[in-house]
Amino acid sequence: MTSPRAPVTHASPVVNAALVAAAAAIVGLVIVVPLASVFAEAFTGGASAWWVALTHDADTRHAIWLSLTVAPVAVVINTVFGIAAAWLVARFRFPGRSLLISLFDVPFSVSPVVAGLALVLIFGRQGLLGPTLAWLDWKIIFAWPGLVLATTFVTLPLVVRELIPVMEAIGPDEELAAVSLGASGWQVFTRVTLPTIRWALLHGIVLANARAMGEFGAVYVVSGHIAGVTDTMPLRVEKLFQEYRTPASMAVASVLAGLALVTLVAKFAIERRLESEARDLATARAQDAGHP
Amino acid sequence: MPRSSRPYWIAVASIVSAASGCGSTDRVGPSADTTPIELLNVSYDPTRELYREINDVFARVYAETHGRAVSVKQSHAASGSQARAVIDGLEADVVTLAVWPDVEAVAKAGLVRSDWQKRFDNDSVPYHSVVVFVVRKGNPKNIKDWPDLVTGDVSIITPNPKTSGNGKYSFLAAWGSVLASGGSAADARAFVTELYKRTPVLDTGARAATATFSQKGIGDVHLTFENEAHLEVAESQGTLEIVYPPRSIRVDPPVAVVDTNVDRKGTRHAAEAYLGFLYSPEGRAIVAKHHYRPWGAERPTPAVGESWPAIDAFDISLVGGWESAMQTFFGEGGVFDAIYQPAGA
Repeated sequence: MTSPRAPVTHASPVVNAALVAAAAAIVGLVIVVPLASVFAEAFTGGASAWWVALTHDADTRHAIWLSLTVAPVAVVINTVFGIAAAWLVARFRFPGRSLLISLFDVPFSVSPVVAGLALVLIFGRQGLLGPTLAWLDWKIIFAWPGLVLATTFVTLPLVVRELIPVMEAIGPDEELAAVSLGASGWQVFTRVTLPTIRWALLHGIVLANARAMGEFGAVYVVSGHIAGVTDTMPLRVEKLFQEYRTPASMAVASVLAGLALVTLVAKFAIERRLESEARDLATARAQDAGHP
Repeated sequence: MPRSSRPYWIAVASIVSAASGCGSTDRVGPSADTTPIELLNVSYDPTRELYREINDVFARVYAETHGRAVSVKQSHAASGSQARAVIDGLEADVVTLAVWPDVEAVAKAGLVRSDWQKRFDNDSVPYHSVVVFVVRKGNPKNIKDWPDLVTGDVSIITPNPKTSGNGKYSFLAAWGSVLASGGSAADARAFVTELYKRTPVLDTGARAATATFSQKGIGDVHLTFENEAHLEVAESQGTLEIVYPPRSIRVDPPVAVVDTNVDRKGTRHAAEAYLGFLYSPEGRAIVAKHHYRPWGAERPTPAVGESWPAIDAFDISLVGGWESAMQTFFGEGGVFDAIYQPAGA
C-alpha cells in the first residue's frame, strides 16, 4: 500500500450519518413497520375484538393449544438430545466426530419443506414404515406426533449448537475433579456440568421455543390441514387470512409476534448473563495462572 | 427393573389392548352405540364456506334421522396436494375434490373403489360451476371475452395447473374457448402460451390466487370458479366485479367415499349419508346459496337457480376427457411444461 488508509473512526460525518440512516431505514422497513402493522391490524377493532377473535373461535383456540403443546415437547426432546450430544462431542474424541458436528447443522441447511416431505416418505402410508404403522394403527403423519417430529427436526441444532462451545471452553477439569472425589455420574451432571452450562442451555431453549412456535414449512407438509385438529398457530394465521378474516388472522399473528418480542427480551437478558460468566471464567483462569 | 413389577406391566398391556379392542368393535353399525361419529372431509380450497354450512345442517339432519351425533372436520388445500395427502395416509372419510383426476388418483392408490363414479348421481358430481373472470371495478381493461386476456398489458392471476384444480380448469377453459370458436389445436396452443406469459405468479391453490388478486392487488383479471368469484367480489366491498365470458368450461367437482378408511373406522353409513345429503333438497339449497350450481332438474329454492347467468358451457370432452387431458397438458413434459416460462426466466 502506497497511501495509508484513513482509520474508520475518521470517516466523514456525512458518510457516517448516511450509513446510520441507511441501516435505520432498512431495519425500519424490513422489521419495525411490518411488525407494527401486524399489531395495528390485529387491534383495529379494539382490544375486546382482538380477544374475541382469539378465544371465541374453537379452531383458533385449538390452534393455540396445539402450538402450546407441540413446541414444548419438541423443546424438551431437543434439550435432552442437545445436552447428551454436546457432552459427547465436547468431552470425547472419536472417528467421525467432525462429521457428526456437521450433521447437527443439517436442519439449518435443509429447506423445512424437504424435511416435511422426508417425514412423509418415511412415515406416510406408502412410506418405509407405512405398512408397519398401519398394522399397529399408529398415526404419525397428519397427526400430533408428526407435528412434533417436524418441529423437533427444524429446531434440532439450536440447543446443541449453544452448548458445544461453552462445554469446550470450560473443559473437563471440574468434572474430573468431582469424579475423583467420588461423585456419581448424576451428581457430576447436576452439580458441576449443569450449573456451568445453564445460561447457554437456557439461551438454546429460548431460541428453540421461538423457532418451534413459528415453524410453518415442515409442519405445513405433515399437518394435513385439518381445522381444529392439526392446524398450529402459523397454519391458522394463513387459513384465516385466506378465509377473508384478516383481523382474526392478524390477532393470531400478533400473539406470535408478541412471543417473538418476549423471546428477544429473554435472549438479551440471558446473553448478558453469558457474557458476565465468560468474564468471570477468564478472570478465574488468570488468577489460577498467577498462583500456580 | 425389579422382577416384582412384571405382572403390573402385563396387566397394563392387557387393559390397553382390551380397551382398544372394545373401541373397534363398538364402531360397527350406525346405531350400535351413541358415541359421536367423526368424519373427515378432505376438500379443495374454495369449498370452505360451503362445507362449513353443510356440516352444521348435516349434523342436525343425521342426528334427527339416525339418532347419532356426527361432527365433520374439514381439511382444505390445493386439490392435487389433498389427493396426495390422502394417498400418503391423511384419513379422509370422504374426498370432495376439484377435478376427476384427483379422485381417480386416490382410487388408483387402492383407497377408493374403482367404480366410485357410479356410486352417486350424475357421475358423483353433486354440483358444478363455470370458470369466469373477476376484474377490477369498472373493468378498466375492458375484458369481456377470452381473446381480450391477451391484448395490451393485461396481467392474469390463475393458480398453478399442476397442483390446483382451479388452475387446471382455467387452462382448459382457455384452450377450449379457442376450439369452441372454431380454432385449431395450434391456435389454442398459441393462445395459452401468450396467456401464461401474462401470469406474474402461479400460486399453488385457488385460495392463494384469490388472495394474490383481491388482497395483494396484483393483476387485472383473475380466472376462477363462479362460486369463488362471487365470494371474492362480495368480500371486496365494491372494488371487484364478475365478467361472464360468452363461453367457458363446465367445472365438475366429484365426490367419493374413501372406502378403505370408512371400513376401518366404521363410518361408512355416515360418510355415504353425508355425500347423499349434497343431493337432497336441503343440501342443494345450501349448495346454491354458496353459488355452486346444484345438480338436478327441479330448482332447490325459488330464488336461487333462476338467477344463474346463461353461459355457453363446454365440458371436458371438448378437450378429449380427463385422462387424455392430464397426459397431454399437465403430465411431465406435457403442453404446460412446454409453454410455461416462469417470470424472469
